[in-house]
Amino acid sequence: MSKIGVFICHCGENISSTVDVVRVAEETGKLEGVEFSTDYKYMCSDPGQTIIKQTIKEKGLTGVVVAACSPRMHEPTFRKACQEAGLNPYMCEMSNLREHCSWVHDKSEATTQKAIDLVRTLVEKVKLNKPLYPIKVPVTKTALVLGGGIAGIQASLDIANAGHKVILVEKDPSIGGHMSQLSETFPTLDCSQCILTPRMVEVAQHPNITLWTYAELEKLEGFIGNFKATIRKKAKSIDENICNGCGHCTTKCPTKKIPSEFNTGLGTRTAIYVPFPQAVPNKPVIDKDNCTYYQKGKCKICEKLCPTGAIRFDQQDELVELEVGAVVIATGFNVMQPSGFPEYGYGKYKDVITGLQFERLASASGPTLGEIRRPSDGKIPEKIVFVACAGSRDPAKGIPYCSKICCMYTAKHAMLYQHKVHGGKSYIFYMDIRAAGKNYEEFVRRAIVDDEVNYIRGRVSKVYEENGKLIVKGVDTLLNAKPVEIEADMVVLASAAVANPGAEELAQKMHVSYDSYNFFSEAHPKLKPVETNTAGIFLAGACQAPKDIPETVSQASGAASKVIILFSQNELSREPVVAVVNRSAPPVYSTCVGCFMCASACPYQAIGEELITDRKGNVIKRVAKVNPGLCQGCGTCVAFCRSKSIDIDGYSNEQMYSEVMALLNND
Amino acid sequence: MTEFEPKIVAFVCNWCTYAGADLTGTSRIKYAQNVKIIRFPCTGRIDFMLLLKAFGEGADGIIVSGCHPNDCHYTSGNFHARRRWIMFRGLLDLLGIDIRRIQYSWVSAAEGAKWADIVNSTVKTIRELGPYTDYAKVAGYLEKEVKE
Ligand SMILES: Cc1cc2nc3c(=O)[nH]c(=O)nc-3n(C[C@H](O)[C@H](O)[C@H](O)COP(=O)(O)OP(=O)(O)OC[C@H]3O[C@@H](n4cnc5c(N)ncnc54)[C@H](O)[C@@H]3O)c2cc1C
Ligand code: SF4
Ligand code: SF4
Repeated sequence: MSKIGVFICHCGENISSTVDVVRVAEETGKLEGVEFSTDYKYMCSDPGQTIIKQTIKEKGLTGVVVAACSPRMHEPTFRKACQEAGLNPYMCEMSNLREHCSWVHDKSEATTQKAIDLVRTLVEKVKLNKPLYPIKVPVTKTALVLGGGIAGIQASLDIANAGHKVILVEKDPSIGGHMSQLSETFPTLDCSQCILTPRMVEVAQHPNITLWTYAELEKLEGFIGNFKATIRKKAKSIDENICNGCGHCTTKCPTKKIPSEFNTGLGTRTAIYVPFPQAVPNKPVIDKDNCTYYQKGKCKICEKLCPTGAIRFDQQDELVELEVGAVVIATGFNVMQPSGFPEYGYGKYKDVITGLQFERLASASGPTLGEIRRPSDGKIPEKIVFVACAGSRDPAKGIPYCSKICCMYTAKHAMLYQHKVHGGKSYIFYMDIRAAGKNYEEFVRRAIVDDEVNYIRGRVSKVYEENGKLIVKGVDTLLNAKPVEIEADMVVLASAAVANPGAEELAQKMHVSYDSYNFFSEAHPKLKPVETNTAGIFLAGACQAPKDIPETVSQASGAASKVIILFSQNELSREPVVAVVNRSAPPVYSTCVGCFMCASACPYQAIGEELITDRKGNVIKRVAKVNPGLCQGCGTCVAFCRSKSIDIDGYSNEQMYSEVMALLNND
Repeated sequence: MTEFEPKIVAFVCNWCTYAGADLTGTSRIKYAQNVKIIRFPCTGRIDFMLLLKAFGEGADGIIVSGCHPNDCHYTSGNFHARRRWIMFRGLLDLLGIDIRRIQYSWVSAAEGAKWADIVNSTVKTIRELGPYTDYAKVAGYLEKEVKE
């Protein structure tokens, strides 16, 4: 038999000025199963809570309805009070008499009647409540970090320094990401490599970090605290334990003309290669697609030369399974190839390059050793044009967003050019200058004032070659759309920052959502910027949206701190509002017919199968089974199940039906 | 004669519409007393048989409301609800239930005023349609049949 206590709150006068609270207490006190009802000025106050606690103990209540403000406000308060009085907290429900009644209606009989109806509904529900207990799940205190750009590096170091194990997986032969390709960085113009490489080395040497380069995520299963990841370690064709990184092999490899990815095609590399001199790890890999031996069956020069005998042509990809408690996605971004913009002539004219290519030209370790020389003939350009928003903010071409970093790096490029080419002239076509960041506006001002960069507000309509010059045609919208024509030696396009080519597939593998541009989505745009909608998977850096280094690093530390918070617990406690598939005695076992409609509807892939077997192990029935670690309690499966075999604690079919009936039967 | 006061049940999700209705309260926007809310975790949880139950128990009208597309707290529950609603609408027609008696809408946690509008306009529509007893009669008859 239920013994329900009903506690009506006046909320000062917030409720009692329009609802006759005394009558509500009186009327609901008459309901079947209600043992006690009362009203009080402030239920949430200490004395108010004491009334509830004492009544629970004195009357032996089996359930409590507090009719007060929104449960979104005080449900935790009253559930805690019940728990303190020895009643399971999930035996307490709240009826919303303030936001949904007294504040939205005038004082009248109908308002009081509505209040009575609302309370009665919750009384009927609570009669069917079951004690629930937070679900405990263990936590594996190892983090998987995907991507070894500055975001992945920062996150790995933070987590490792907090004393946890990290496995850092990078798809390329070296960590470093885009930052390792940059020359100098805004807004301070410090050398990118100089600030990055010490961190790369720290990662490699950290006792808590296991670094796997040339590796990718194959599969991810499981749930927060308990993921199972399968990593594909691609065959590098060398034995890393033996190789000492002397580099003899790379000097003698006969296949030398492969465009270097690191140098954005402005330099070449060999088939066995280390992507750049400061690479971590500093050991080569063989690019099978371009290796003469793999392609034609002979060569093996590197094998003959290697003093340590480290070359392994028969090495195979290796699949490794890992148990991890959290994942940080830090797979970064990509730079759009502006070939979709024929008006700029990229791909047609050698001296029209992207911003990232300019970084390589300006870099001391680049193909020109830091001198700005045109790719076509190696001459130093006397006039250079930079085009901002080359691809960004162009809905017609599918990228309506602002790439955020280009205004700043374009100012940086023009500055670097002016510093390196004395007497040179630089022009920037721009739409707006977006320099909102600490010391950013000042940086752009310096470019304009100190370095005399010519900013032209307007778009470029065409770039074409004439007499060895690149003619850039555009307009100056600040001068009444006056046409402008510049005879340039080189054109640099600030091409849009876009998502990685494999981002969508990776997101689907991990069940995290991604936006229409294939950047990964955060769980909440304001309040959960580093979480994904899958608990235990976090985001860091430019994989979420274009961002600069300071922002990337802060987000990476944010993601790391979320992982560390998770790892500070040995067990996780979860709201026990989860779905369950019913079980009954043989010969039925469960009314579930194994159609798995529920599994197909579940947004969290929380439903798997279970085989019911007899003593001999013969399968009797195949039924659905909810993994309570994954289930988030949306109840979508419940509405889908045709045989009513799956139900959800806290919002069960019985409870919802009884609420509907109670709400309507007030005569 | 006193004016007909319709009984309307609102099936709403916890994250968007319930919170939106809270905001209506916090903003002290007034609306008719006829609509009473039942809270669900997600519109995806709303079994449309519950809607028939509500008609069977004497509801004159129903509101179903949750998060806007893409805003679902559980990513896609509201899409399932929307698809279910499209199917269910056809079924209602077959049963001879006037689909104007069900208002299907999206109200976010920030749309307090919209909630008040939806309540008031639904009350107005249902008032014009008049009391609804047909389905309750059928349901009552069926229940008796089953018992006997
Ligand atoms: C031309 C240019 C100039 C810039 N100049 C500046 C500047 O001066 N100052 C500034 O603050 N910012 C600058 N930036 C921005 C800066 O490059 C980024 O903020 C930064 O690189 C973002 O770091 P990240 O680690 O998030 O991504 P990335 O640097 O893109 O690193 C991602 C890493 O993940 C790896 N990866 C990708 N997919 C996978 C996968 N599936 N599995 C495993 N690994 C994967 C990649 O190989 C890479 O190593 C510039 C950007 C450009 C394009
Ligand atoms: S629980 Fe229901 S929907 Fe899921 S497999 Fe079983 S019968 Fe099908
Ligand atoms: S309640 Fe939602 S999350 Fe849980 S199993 Fe059902 S559909 Fe999946």
